[in-house]
Amino acid sequence: MNFSFNRRNILITAAVLLLAVLLLFVARSGPLASMRVTVAPVARADLAPLLFGIGLVEARRSYLVGPTTAGRVRQVAVDVGEVVKAGQLLAEMDPVDLDQRLAATGAAANRAKSAVDTASAQLADSVARREVAAANARRYEELGRKGFVSSSVTEGKTQEMNSATAQFAAAEAALAGARQDRARLDAERGGARQQRGNLRLLAPADGVVTARDAEPGSTVVAGQAVVRLVAADSLWLKLRLDQHRSAGLQVGLPAEIVLRSRPGQVLPGKVARIEMLGDSVTEERIAQVAFDTPPQDVSIGEMSEITLHPPGVKQALAVPGAALRLHGGKTGVWLLAAGKPAFVPVRTGTSGADGRVQIIDGLKEGDVVIVHSESELAADSRIKVVSTLTGS
Amino acid sequence: MISLAGRDILHSWGKFVLTGVGLGLLIGATLTMAGVYRGMVDDARVLLTNSGADIWVVQKDTQGPYAEASSIRDDVYRGLLGMPGVAQAANVTYLTMQVRHGVRESRTMVVGFEPGQPGEPGYLVAGRRLLRGHFEAIADVKTGFKIGERIRIRRHDYEVVGLTRRMVSSGGDPMVFIPLKDAQEAQFLKDNDAIVADRARTAANPALNRPGVPGLLDAVTASQTINHSVNAVLVKVGVGDTAASVAQEIRRWKHVQAYTREQMEEILIEKLVATSAKQIGMFLAILTVVSAAIVAFIIYTMTLGKIREIAVLKLIGTRNRTIAGMILQQALGLGLIGFIVGKISATLWAPAFPKYVLLETADAMRALVIVMVVCALASTLAIRAALKVDPATAIGG
Repeated sequence: MNFSFNRRNILITAAVLLLAVLLLFVARSGPLASMRVTVAPVARADLAPLLFGIGLVEARRSYLVGPTTAGRVRQVAVDVGEVVKAGQLLAEMDPVDLDQRLAATGAAANRAKSAVDTASAQLADSVARREVAAANARRYEELGRKGFVSSSVTEGKTQEMNSATAQFAAAEAALAGARQDRARLDAERGGARQQRGNLRLLAPADGVVTARDAEPGSTVVAGQAVVRLVAADSLWLKLRLDQHRSAGLQVGLPAEIVLRSRPGQVLPGKVARIEMLGDSVTEERIAQVAFDTPPQDVSIGEMSEITLHPPGVKQALAVPGAALRLHGGKTGVWLLAAGKPAFVPVRTGTSGADGRVQIIDGLKEGDVVIVHSESELAADSRIKVVSTLTGS
Repeated sequence: MISLAGRDILHSWGKFVLTGVGLGLLIGATLTMAGVYRGMVDDARVLLTNSGADIWVVQKDTQGPYAEASSIRDDVYRGLLGMPGVAQAANVTYLTMQVRHGVRESRTMVVGFEPGQPGEPGYLVAGRRLLRGHFEAIADVKTGFKIGERIRIRRHDYEVVGLTRRMVSSGGDPMVFIPLKDAQEAQFLKDNDAIVADRARTAANPALNRPGVPGLLDAVTASQTINHSVNAVLVKVGVGDTAASVAQEIRRWKHVQAYTREQMEEILIEKLVATSAKQIGMFLAILTVVSAAIVAFIIYTMTLGKIREIAVLKLIGTRNRTIAGMILQQALGLGLIGFIVGKISATLWAPAFPKYVLLETADAMRALVIVMVVCALASTLAIRAALKVDPATAIGG
């Protein structure tokens, strides 16, 4: 009897235990369960914001070298990757008949030189003739006055003298004309030579050849590139920043550059220029970041991650960013007061690199806010504060 | 007065408890199946709730972005913001894909969102929100990712900076949230071989590669690689406007499709998860019937096993009411133990399921009622058998 009584006790205990376990489960996982949350105090901290964007390596100065008129490429003297000096021959266009025209203008210029020589000889001749005619005229005038010769002879000699003077003027004019002709033909020859020189495509500056767009024999139009150059010492990064995360961008900000080819290495740099024109389609701002010391072997077009550190705020009231929630169309935080959550709208300022956000108003120092929660909070949520929600 | 049922249970309590536990596991399986069904529907609902939108604006004549593919231009939202009644509008992209993580892969839904706008995860369980505009991710804890881990989505590595919970696609795949621009690229960027092949195709087209027009080919190639599309625009309606009227205006003037929360829920639950939910529902119905039958048989055979003792009871003049009461009490007791064990076991193993299992209290209450009714009905069968027994069987007749 005693035994059966004990057994009965055991059974009753077991039943009570079973019920207790059920109730425990209902309380812990059902709708009556409390939500686990983590909290953090509102405290003052130094916030160091960061701006993050993607940069592409670009050359500040790049040159497209091509002909000024349409033509055929005769030779390309350099290949991609070659380092060239200013003035070095990069490529040459086919001159077609330009060499012949140069020879023709040369010959014409030489002929003009001979014409000048001829004209000066004729001038010298006319000078001599004029002197003889003048002496004769003077002599016959003397004789005519004394009555030794008839006046018609004297007049004849005077006419000879005038004639010689006129011939001198004509020879002088002919010489000037020949000289001008020569100058014209010299200029024409110079022009032809210039045009011939223009077909030689020279490097405008020191640089590296990045593209060889046309091969000998191919025809290119005016302005089309045959060879592309960049100034290798002018590499910088074109940084694109989301417009809504670009506040504080200014020239001179120090930058941390991580090139995609060397993810472990942070290269220092500075914002060198901020473009007035943003990209309205992608909603980005564009700035140029220069390397402090340009790295070797960096390729143009390489992607990089750029982090900028605009000036931060000291000792600002801050909460972890995860505490900010959107509730009823307002941004705010859930304040933990007397074990109950209460929503308080806040105005936020700068965000720090550690995820903390400055609170401009709405909270005071020492307030405790809910940071992480297992689900969406409501004013009647039953909550349980724990140190971490993700176990271990 | 002593309880006849209690005395009988005490007499063979091991058998009784084992039967109860066995029954409980069966009920647990049924409850879990109901939980799986509820979980599926809840996944669809929670997807809508978490997106934080009142209106989903998608491509015209589609039921996107969840049930069908939808693609609209990413500047549509600017036009929407200008419409009366629209408080917030934000682009969002959804892409279900395998996310690489070391050697492991997880099936996830990658969501591209704009910080501070609808579509952002509402709460975190660890870590912080996105600070950088690129290459940071917030993941659902179900993905198994840890804070600080680097995961690979297409060609870029992303650092997991925050974890959230119960952010799943309608198919139950956990979500990974990344900045919109990265997500657009992940969704629409082709692989490198395809890009190179496309460039070659363009270059081979004489209309696009004209010798007399330098730069044309470059321009065409550049325009091919840019994609300004998103899957949907999430719209929040201002105070004082109804989603239905704003959606109506958007449909009328913007020539896109706009769904309100109710319409979206209908698309998701009636159309997207309908077949699989019906499949589970069918199985649940069969399981319920089978469980009920098993409960009935167990109680019936239990009574039949005691037929000789009942005959003895009748022989010593026990009233029929007492015997019927004993059988009914035992059946109900068995049902109760079964229900409690079932509820506990279902609660215990539900979190181990890969997809969400939602155990609703209402379902549990319904199950309790069904178990009790089935037990009572089954006991009537047993009671009939017991009352029909000839007391003579007690003395070997």
